Amino acid sequence: MPQSRLTGSRIRERRLFLGQKQSGLAKAVGISAAYLNLIEHNRRRIGGKLLQDIARELGTDALALTEGAEAALLGALRDAGQRVPEVEPELHRAEDLAGRFPGWAGLVAAQHQRIRDLEQLVEALSDRLTHDPELAASLHEVISAVTAIRSTVAILSGGGDIDPDWQSRFLRNMREEGRRLSGAAQGLVEYLDAGADQDMAPVVPGEELAAFLDQRDHHLPELEALSDAQGDTREAAIEALVEKVGVLETAEAKDVARRHFQQYAADAAAIPLDRLQAARVTAQDDVSALAEQFGQPLPVVMRRLAFVPPPDGDAMVGLVSCDGSGSLYLRKPLPGFALPRFGAACPYWPLYQALSRPGQPQRALVEQPGPTPRRFLCQAICLARDTLVFDRPPVLEAVMLIQPADDAQAAGAKALPVGSSCRVCPRTDCAARREASILSPDR
Amino acid sequence: MTKQVLVIEDEPNIVEAISFILSRDGWKVSTHANGETAVQAVYDASPDVLILDVMLPGRSGYDILKDLRANDATRTLPVLMLTARGQRTDRELAQRLGVSKFMTKPFSNAEVLETLNDLVSG
Repeated sequence: MPQSRLTGSRIRERRLFLGQKQSGLAKAVGISAAYLNLIEHNRRRIGGKLLQDIARELGTDALALTEGAEAALLGALRDAGQRVPEVEPELHRAEDLAGRFPGWAGLVAAQHQRIRDLEQLVEALSDRLTHDPELAASLHEVISAVTAIRSTVAILSGGGDIDPDWQSRFLRNMREEGRRLSGAAQGLVEYLDAGADQDMAPVVPGEELAAFLDQRDHHLPELEALSDAQGDTREAAIEALVEKVGVLETAEAKDVARRHFQQYAADAAAIPLDRLQAARVTAQDDVSALAEQFGQPLPVVMRRLAFVPPPDGDAMVGLVSCDGSGSLYLRKPLPGFALPRFGAACPYWPLYQALSRPGQPQRALVEQPGPTPRRFLCQAICLARDTLVFDRPPVLEAVMLIQPADDAQAAGAKALPVGSSCRVCPRTDCAARREASILSPDR
Repeated sequence: MTKQVLVIEDEPNIVEAISFILSRDGWKVSTHANGETAVQAVYDASPDVLILDVMLPGRSGYDILKDLRANDATRTLPVLMLTARGQRTDRELAQRLGVSKFMTKPFSNAEVLETLNDLVSG
C-alpha cells in the first residue's frame, strides 16, 4: 500500500470532522497521543496494521487516507521540479511542501500547468506558421512575385542596351507580378485577419464565444423561449447553455459568454421573436420605427435585428459593438463588409462618429473599397452602459447595425468612403490613415 | 567555350529574368518547368550547371536532387538550389542531399551570376 506523509493530514482532518479527540483515537489504536500527533502533522510515516486500525476507527477506508487529491498535487510538484533541474529542488520533500504549505504548493502546481498550457499554445501557433498549407502557399506566392520583380527591376535599371522588345516584355512582366503581389498580399492579410484559424484553439476568451456564435449565426433559440420566464428559470437556462457550449473551455470564456447570453435573453424578453418578425414585415427593418413601436432603446432593436434570422427573402444584417476605447468586442459579420480581426477599425465608420456623440444616432451610406466596391447602410448609437453618477466617467457602448444598401442607395446617392482597417485599405487620399497600407491603390 | 545552364523553375517571369541575365553574360540557357520530368530534362540537356527550384509542380526539388546524386552521370553536377523557404531545416536538408549552393528568394541577379561562375570554375 502506498504510504504518504500527507496521510497524517487526512487522518487529522477526518478525526476533527468526526469530532473525535486525539487522545481517544490514539488509545483506541494502541499508541500514545504524542505519536499520533506526530503522524497527524506528517512527521511520521504510517502504514500497515496501524493505518488499517486508524481507518477503521475513523469509519473510512485506508486507501482514502493514503491517496486523494494530493496525489495529483504531488505529481504536479514533482513534474514541475523535474522541468527545471538546474534549480535543484528537493524533490524528495515535495510531500512536506504539500502537507505544510498546501496553498503555496497549489500555486506552484497551477503555475506549472499554466506554463505547459502556454507552451502548447506557442507550439500550436508555431506549427501553424510552419505547416499551414494555405499560409505557406500565400507566402510562396508573395516571395515568387517579389523575386520576379526584383530581378526584372535590376535588369531594367542596371544600364546597358536592352532590346525594345525585351523592355516591353519586362514591363509587362512587372505589371503582371505587381498585380499578383497585390492580390497575394491582400489574400494573406485577409487570411490572417478574417478568422482563417478556425481549426486553431481560440487564443482569448472572446474568441471562444465568437467561434460559438459564428457557428450559430448569432441566433440562440434556447434563449428566445425565456420571454416570460422568471429570473431563476432564466438564469438556469443561461447556465445550461454556457455549460452546453463545447468551445467555451476556460472560466474566462464562460464569464464572457454568460454576460452575452444575459444580454441576449434580456433583449429577447424586451422584443419577443414572434412580435419582432411580424413588426419587421410592416416596418421593413426601420430601426427607429421598431424602437418606437416596442418602446425600446436603439441598441436593443439593433441587436435583435442582427441576431434573429431574417424573414424569408430578406438580406442578412451585421452588427459591431465597441466600448469607449474603440475596441470591437462583438462582431456579427455581414458578407461583403470587411471587419478587422484585430486592432482598430476604420475611424470613418458611423460607429466611431456615434462614440464621439453619445446619445445622438448616426446614420451613413458607406462604401467599402474592392475590385467591386460595395455599399452598406450603417446606423449607430452610443449610450452609457452603466448608471450615470457624479465623479465617475460613464462606461460608453456604441453599437452599429450594418445592412446591405438597397438598389436605390447602391446606384444613386453619394456614399462615405470607409475601409476595414488602415493595413488593408487601399485608399491613398484618406486623412484618417494611421499606417501605410500593404495593398496597391489600383486594386 | 560557352557554358550551358539548365534552369528548372516554374515561375515564368523569374525564368525570363534569369534567362536574360545569363544569356547576356554569355551562357547558353535552357529551361524546364515540370518537376515530374525534370530528371530526364537534366539527362537530355547535360548542362554544366543546374539551377533548381524547390517547389515545382509534380515533384519537389529535393526529390530531383536526390535522384541526380544517385546517378553516376549527375553525381557531381553543380546544382544551385533556389527556394522561397530559407529555414535552417531546409538548408540542412539540401546540404544532406548534396546541393552545391543554396540560395533563398528573392535573390540578386549579381549573386546568381557570381555563384554560377564560381560553380563552373571551381
